[in-house]
Amino acid sequence: MNDVILSRIAESLTWTGRYVERADATGRILDAYLHRMLEDPWRDEDAACRSLYAILGVDAGADRVDMQQVLDQLAFDARSTCSIEGALGAARLNARSAREAVSSEMWECLNSTWHALGDRRRAARRTGPYAYLELVRSRAALFFGLADSTMSRDDSWRFMVLGRSLERVDMTVRLLSVRVLDAAHAPDWPTLLSASGADEAYARVHSGFGDTPRVAEYLLLDRDFPRSALHALTTAEECLAALGRPRQDPARSPVGRARTRLEYLDTASLEEQLPVLLRDLQQACMASADAVAERFFPYQGPVEWAQEGA
Amino acid sequence: MADIFDAYALADAWDEMFVRPGEVRTAYEPVLAALQPIEPSELRFRADQMARAFTDRGVTYAFAGEERPWPLDLVPRILDALEWDLVRRGVAQRVRALEAYLADAYGHARAFEDEVVPWRLLLGSPHFHRAAHAVEPPGGVRIHVAGIDLVRDEAGAFRVLEDNVRVPSGVSYVIENRRAMTRIFPSLFAEQHVLPVDGYAQRLLAALRAAAPGGAAGDPRVVVLTPGPSNAAYFEHALLARLMGVQLVEGHDLVCRSNRVWMRTTRGEVPVHVVYRRLDDDFLDPLHFRPDSVIGCPGILSAAIAGNVTLANAVGNGIADDKLLYTYVPDLIRYYLGEEPVLPNVESYRPDEPGQLEAVLDQLDQLVVKPVDGAGGQGIVIGPKADKATLDRTRKAVAADPRGFIAQRPVALSTSPTLSGERMAPRHIDLRPFAVNDGDDIWVLPGGLTRVALQEGNLIVNSSQGGGSKDTWVLAEGPAERPEPVDAGPIPAVAPRRLGPDGTRAVVPEGAQQQ
Repeated sequence: MNDVILSRIAESLTWTGRYVERADATGRILDAYLHRMLEDPWRDEDAACRSLYAILGVDAGADRVDMQQVLDQLAFDARSTCSIEGALGAARLNARSAREAVSSEMWECLNSTWHALGDRRRAARRTGPYAYLELVRSRAALFFGLADSTMSRDDSWRFMVLGRSLERVDMTVRLLSVRVLDAAHAPDWPTLLSASGADEAYARVHSGFGDTPRVAEYLLLDRDFPRSALHALTTAEECLAALGRPRQDPARSPVGRARTRLEYLDTASLEEQLPVLLRDLQQACMASADAVAERFFPYQGPVEWAQEGA
Repeated sequence: MADIFDAYALADAWDEMFVRPGEVRTAYEPVLAALQPIEPSELRFRADQMARAFTDRGVTYAFAGEERPWPLDLVPRILDALEWDLVRRGVAQRVRALEAYLADAYGHARAFEDEVVPWRLLLGSPHFHRAAHAVEPPGGVRIHVAGIDLVRDEAGAFRVLEDNVRVPSGVSYVIENRRAMTRIFPSLFAEQHVLPVDGYAQRLLAALRAAAPGGAAGDPRVVVLTPGPSNAAYFEHALLARLMGVQLVEGHDLVCRSNRVWMRTTRGEVPVHVVYRRLDDDFLDPLHFRPDSVIGCPGILSAAIAGNVTLANAVGNGIADDKLLYTYVPDLIRYYLGEEPVLPNVESYRPDEPGQLEAVLDQLDQLVVKPVDGAGGQGIVIGPKADKATLDRTRKAVAADPRGFIAQRPVALSTSPTLSGERMAPRHIDLRPFAVNDGDDIWVLPGGLTRVALQEGNLIVNSSQGGGSKDTWVLAEGPAERPEPVDAGPIPAVAPRRLGPDGTRAVVPEGAQQQ
């Protein structure tokens, strides 16, 4: 029987899911931002770009930043896993080292995407990043679609979905953090919605527009929207429930606690609670990811052997 | 250095970009500077990208039986803040006057008693519906959405060409054009502050909600009523419904019972309070209008009369965008509002008035003749360009039915540089700004739809006649209006990202060399 998977494979799968999600989310955020900046007559390019860096957890440096630099660093930089190209490259290499656990179609999807990026990058430098970002979005969707239809719902699947879900929570929390901590430089609520791919879904539910703090409630607490923090936490918890110990699981409990907290949150006072809540959510995700790593991917660095007495 | 503007020869009309060859208007300077160094092949590449993006998004129109991508030219049409202020005031004024006229015509009929407008204009109109007398529109709004067609004449002055207050369409193209331009040609926007157009759906929804009948004060339910996917404007109906987050319904999704309108859902029948209908009056309600209409909703007009549902735009608005009434609108502005028209009409003749028919028939070859209820550029005869047979046919038609036509001085529509093959060439354009009336305020979407006649010299810009479009920019006023930058201190640091294995190995496993 083949019902066990190597720790190394599990780790690769988790990070494949995580990196593809990261590329997807980063692409959406960049697209929404760049579009908004072109449409906004009063834009302050430097401040807007800096808030982008803050969301994506990259140091912007001391000099003025413009859109070209944003794209170079947050989209086209193949050496940093915080940029789209770097994340997709890392996802590809991780998938390659778990080649027998991911289906061929999934691997080909990542591989062909990686090879197609160069062309799109060159086109993007000429005409703008739209086609590049679109490719990233559609290939990420293709990848997860293929995973959905070609992977058994076994532990491999769970590790990948777990990685994706934790990254989703992280990304949503980052978006909201910048808005909550520094509303003056942050993007407006509708931009946050479209950066999460949630604008149309939100309009349908609230039959209105995302120009209120209700957006924060939606992105955190909505039960049905797949990128909301609550939905992603629920998914992560399901994966961990199937993977881990039945009780006292250090990986599952931070996620479960955060999930129940969101589930029964008093929405009336959400605005005051937000700064603390966002920080706690981020810490819960980190604690869970650390516990997962500790338990499932016991890491041993490459061992160097030396001749005794030499 | 040769560039795409080299052979640009001004036509015999006002040019939007150039004062005279080589001298560019101030508002266009940055765009010209950005376009000039671009190779024609590069422009082609972008145009193809644009066409593909439109095809993928389903932004198409039917031409000769096939789906064509919406034609958007790469050169924007630019209005500076001053020009726009004039257009905005003129359009709002026009809508206010037409609202007053509708309220009057379906009310006390003062304008007819005072002989500002002859009675026959009302009673002879095919769009005059007695049923509309009984409808009391909430907030007094009958024109929730208007599209006013403007042209610029030879001297550069804007003139109103026609009013559309029934089901004006095209606003989705304004939104899609901007979306496409910012994505395909972002560098063009770098130097100028262009007012955004994405607030339209929000304004529209607010106006529709404000128009809800009094009984539904809490949370009125708004729907968009479409004739269905085979309609040429279906894309627009779906886009607006999606942006507003409301249901897109067809006639048979609605049911009327005891003068209320419901929609059929999986959770039972749900009440509907405001119907933004994109159907003509004639098809709206087979019980009142055309009995053979299968796309309407039987009983919906009775529900509107009973005050349980609001139809937007109101039934019977057709009397206000009749082209013969158009000739009276400047008088209506003076009569109802006590103001002078901000935007003049194009000089027109009314063949149904004594003496004018003969004048029109005498100089038919120098006039433009339009049927009063034509749409989409159909039936228009441009005298100076028509052949003898057409003129003879038109002469007979006008003589037989003087009420059915108006005649106008031919205006040489302004031109704008448009990509034609590998070069820029002047093409005639018009402008349709869109106004939304929520009862308190008439808001005009910054810009509007600029349509282009793609054939050289052609004056008819409708897409059903081979017309294209341009993204329409309204420039924000100078930096004087710029809000004070808020100094909120440094941007907070957000936790760094988690980094995982990037898949590369620290040690190269040499032990397993392939042989």
